[in-house]
Amino acid sequence: MQLETRFRWLPAPLLSLLLFLVWLLLNNSVSPGHLVLAVILAIVIPLVTSPFRTKQPLIIKPGLAFRHLLLVLYDIITANVQVAILILGPTKKLTPGFVKVPLDLTHSLPITILASTVSLTPGTVSAEVYPWSENLTEGNKPEQQFLLIHVLDLKDEQALINTIKQRYEAPLKEMFEC
Amino acid sequence: MLETVILIVFAMIGVSLLLNLWRLLIGPSVPDRILALDTMYINTIALIILYGMSMGTSLYFEAALLIAMLGFVSTVAVCKYLLRGDIIE
Amino acid sequence: MTEWIISILLLIGGSFVLVGSIGLVKMPDFFMRLHGPTKATTLGMASLLTAAMVFFSTTQAGVSVKEILISLFLLLTAPISGYMMIKAAIHHKLESIERTKGIDNIEDDV
Repeated sequence: MQLETRFRWLPAPLLSLLLFLVWLLLNNSVSPGHLVLAVILAIVIPLVTSPFRTKQPLIIKPGLAFRHLLLVLYDIITANVQVAILILGPTKKLTPGFVKVPLDLTHSLPITILASTVSLTPGTVSAEVYPWSENLTEGNKPEQQFLLIHVLDLKDEQALINTIKQRYEAPLKEMFEC
Repeated sequence: MLETVILIVFAMIGVSLLLNLWRLLIGPSVPDRILALDTMYINTIALIILYGMSMGTSLYFEAALLIAMLGFVSTVAVCKYLLRGDIIE
Repeated sequence: MTEWIISILLLIGGSFVLVGSIGLVKMPDFFMRLHGPTKATTLGMASLLTAAMVFFSTTQAGVSVKEILISLFLLLTAPISGYMMIKAAIHHKLESIERTKGIDNIEDDV
């Protein structure tokens, strides 16, 4: 896991890129004036705000991250069609359930991304990360964390856990190298 | 043709807003009502974008963006209040 | 041609939004209701906004891409608000319907 960037004047490269793009999108133009202003904002805002932000792990493999993003987008579309069919079908046949998925990830940012992907993909909404962070004393790491998810139509618990671990967790683990 | 389609989609969004309103009224619990409100926010964005399209102006984009942001922040604030009895700790 | 694309995207978006709201009314307990709005409505909005993007790019001068911002924002915030709501529901110990499996997996909170 790598927390610091190589460049001191660019503490959060992805945030800078995001600010640059959002400024251009908000103004809906690529005129030179807006480009310069976007570059200034993209450099100044992360520099000013970096002391307030907790250090987050950086994406080490951007190519893998991009491929994972495309996979997730594709899954979101298929997931929506599946959920739409489930919703319009008979409600009596659905068997909802809570499932606990053991996590290999340790840092909070990858866990947040995993929870959000799980929420957007087929029939699952992530609910909670166990054990409760309030119960842990400062600096005391739990041995094993769990993600509690609610499934709209639970057929095979073990298969679902395996899908989540292989399809969504393994790439995250690899791209953050933790 | 586009005018007709926009009218049909207007009707669809209107029906979904009514369904959300029904859920908001019958509850039965507070999180249910929050969920209904959150969905109503999102459907209102859709309504505003559609209105902009039928008027042929993109001026309503800023209003839609503002509703999206305020909707998210208010949902999170109300949930936080339910969880803690306090918003800013 | 673009009129067809816009119409199809609009109809897809409208139907997904409608399906999300139907799920909100139809499902028997809160946890199942949450699935409709967090997923179906998000994709419906993305589709509607893409239609708006194509529409404004063809009818007005220049390309209009700022609608992507709203789609991205909704895509990012939908899981988070869903997570906050399910957390509030678990905190209030809402009843889930009887055939829900694995209720023991919920731990009592502090």
